[in-house]
Amino acid sequence: MKILVPIKRVPDPATTIRVLPDGTGIATDNVKWVINPFCEIAIEEALRIKEKQTGEVILVTVGQSTWQEQLRTGLAMGADRAILVKTDAALDSLAIAKILAKIAGDEKPDLIILGKQAIDDDANQVGQMVAEMLGWPQATFASKIEIAADKISVMREVDGGLETIAFKIPAVITADLRLNEPRYASLPGIMKARKKELKEIAADSLGVDLAPKLKVKTLAAPPKRQGGRKVASAQEMVSLLHTEAKVI
Amino acid sequence: MLDLLRDLDFFHLDELLTDEERMARDTAKRFVDREIIPQIEHHFANETFPMHLVPQMAELGMFGANLKGYGCAGMNNVAYGLIMQELEAGDSGLRSFASVQSALSMYAIYANGSEEQKQRYLPEMAKGKLIGCFGLTEPDHGSDPGGMETRARRDGDGWILNGTKRWITNGSIADVAIVWAKVEEGITGFLVEKGTPGFSTRDIHGKFSMRASITSELILEDVRIPRTAHLEKARGLKGPLGCLTQARYGIAWGAIGAARSCFHCALDYTKSRKQFSRPLAGYQLVQAKLVRMLTEITKAQMVCLRLAHLKDQGKMRPEHVSFAKRNNVNEALKIARDARDMLGANGIVNEYPVIRHMLNLETVNTYEGTFDVHTLILGRDITGENAFE
Ligand SMILES: Cc1cc2nc3c(=O)[nH]c(=O)nc-3n(C[C@H](O)[C@H](O)[C@H](O)COP(=O)(O)OP(=O)(O)OC[C@H]3O[C@@H](n4cnc5c(N)ncnc54)[C@H](O)[C@@H]3O)c2cc1C
Ligand SMILES: Cc1cc2nc3c(=O)[nH]c(=O)nc-3n(C[C@H](O)[C@H](O)[C@H](O)COP(=O)(O)OP(=O)(O)OC[C@H]3O[C@@H](n4cnc5c(N)ncnc54)[C@H](O)[C@@H]3O)c2cc1C
Repeated sequence: MKILVPIKRVPDPATTIRVLPDGTGIATDNVKWVINPFCEIAIEEALRIKEKQTGEVILVTVGQSTWQEQLRTGLAMGADRAILVKTDAALDSLAIAKILAKIAGDEKPDLIILGKQAIDDDANQVGQMVAEMLGWPQATFASKIEIAADKISVMREVDGGLETIAFKIPAVITADLRLNEPRYASLPGIMKARKKELKEIAADSLGVDLAPKLKVKTLAAPPKRQGGRKVASAQEMVSLLHTEAKVI
Repeated sequence: MLDLLRDLDFFHLDELLTDEERMARDTAKRFVDREIIPQIEHHFANETFPMHLVPQMAELGMFGANLKGYGCAGMNNVAYGLIMQELEAGDSGLRSFASVQSALSMYAIYANGSEEQKQRYLPEMAKGKLIGCFGLTEPDHGSDPGGMETRARRDGDGWILNGTKRWITNGSIADVAIVWAKVEEGITGFLVEKGTPGFSTRDIHGKFSMRASITSELILEDVRIPRTAHLEKARGLKGPLGCLTQARYGIAWGAIGAARSCFHCALDYTKSRKQFSRPLAGYQLVQAKLVRMLTEITKAQMVCLRLAHLKDQGKMRPEHVSFAKRNNVNEALKIARDARDMLGANGIVNEYPVIRHMLNLETVNTYEGTFDVHTLILGRDITGENAFE
């Protein structure tokens, strides 16, 4: 099975994010960059499917040349080759989805597995958009994937429970947190990754309209937590919840 | 303000690393966070080594990571050093295991072994299927290994070994011991396999340091080994010293990891603990300690990175390693002691990693050439006068 795994570079979830004073973005000095954790789960799942059957795992990312680092990490985990669609522009989900649909048209994968969302902007859109553009079935928030020949069944985490859906390839799946626990990039894997193909394509050579439809106006840090206050009695608490917090 | 709570990289040294080096570091760091931190206090308390982690460490390529061929990962010395740093951020005992397996035992065979010996041992050691130990120190000869009393004499086609080695990391769990002994021509090395008649081990208990690492005595009583167990290329004290240079290199890196862990803990603690009117971190005395820690860790990182580049270029001298081992371990120990103090009473319990690192670093200061022994090595280097004897 040929599996395309689009991945995104994001700040390490353990990093404390600071918004720039002018609200145009976040401070990126001293930020450590990693593969988006959900994308990492997508890579792991693709590798497991490949190891059970045969096939190829192709990584793709859309970004600056520094994003190579995350592709190399994915290659070190065991992916076969990688594509960097190069652009210095900050693209919105729609533009990314268009690029990925174009790449899918060229590569003709059986499956596209993505993270359900990126932990930076939490948009949760790209997988769905790609499926729509390609006219393929989609299973979002996958927590279990089973494959028999060209039939796939996916257990999804939905509000209030689990749902299992079945469909045929080619298809798009987005990975949820409990799908698997990603492997480490082993040191021999890192050495092997050196020799794997990492192809660069200029984003504006794809003939796709990348003009943003979405504009980020401003970013703001969440309000600082205020210190608590001690109240004298349960009665006072109830009355404050009613009059001040207005929650009861 | 800097976000130092997770990564301590004041001078953006990360930018001097290649993608591969960063990846190797990140793999080791994740492994330590996930597999070691959650259970290390248990092992330290019980004087056990987490043996079950060995296959995983092997699969990740951590044994002999900077050796070429024979199933080893073949990474450069920057990556190797970073791995040691991350392992020791977990526990010095774990780093010791990796050092002894890689830089002492595997390297001893790699540098001094015949092709058959390398084929026989190295791939299995890289896989963690064979564990090695390195027997140089004796009850009466530590800093002065040249005075060793262990003897080997020729016996027909083989050798007969007699003597006692003490303070040997991994001694009782090793499948093969590198034993250094005197023959007529001087010091040389032998491979003694577990179970060889006359060869026994006894663990050393009651340690307050390196409790999550096995330390043993090796007893050799008329141990007969074949000619093929002799590391023939090892002639003179430079045989074992060549291995020690490799291990000391990793220790210089490792100390940074332990120090960093203590710094993070002290910073975190003093920022959140209030005494008198403010968080402790708001007092000048506390800040002075934190700043000293940051400064020494950053300097140690720089020394190590330069050392790694010299090593990769084949320009590293043993004296460079002495400089780094001596300085970094000593500073790490001071940092650990300061951090212990800054945690007040909480600094003495195993809810925090600090006192464990502090106790471990006492060993790290002593083994692989004590602080003062490295002072004498450097003193000799800059004056031309030998102050050992
Ligand atoms: C947990 C642990 C694990 C170890 N693992 C191993 C191992 O795997 N393999 C191995 O071979 N060894 C191992 N060792 C032994 C270690 O290398 C020795 O302890 C070390 O070399 C110091 O020797 P010593 O303990 O005999 O101290 P000594 O040599 O007796 O030194 C005692 C003190 O005297 C000082 N001193 C010594 N000579 C001089 C001098 N000329 N001038 C001034 N001061 C001097 C030293 O600096 C030190 O402060 C281990 C030790 C420990 C604690
Ligand atoms: C084994 C043990 C037994 C004990 N037995 C008793 C007992 O029987 N009875 C009892 O009452 N207590 C007992 N204690 C508590 C002991 O007295 C306290 O631990 C000690 O007073 C330090 O307080 P702390 O641990 O809260 O540290 P903290 O006060 O939080 O101090 C932490 C660090 O901050 C520094 N610091 C504090 N304030 C400042 C400042 N203004 N400026 C700069 N630096 C500052 C300290 O020097 C220290 O390095 C015991 C403690 C231990 C470990």
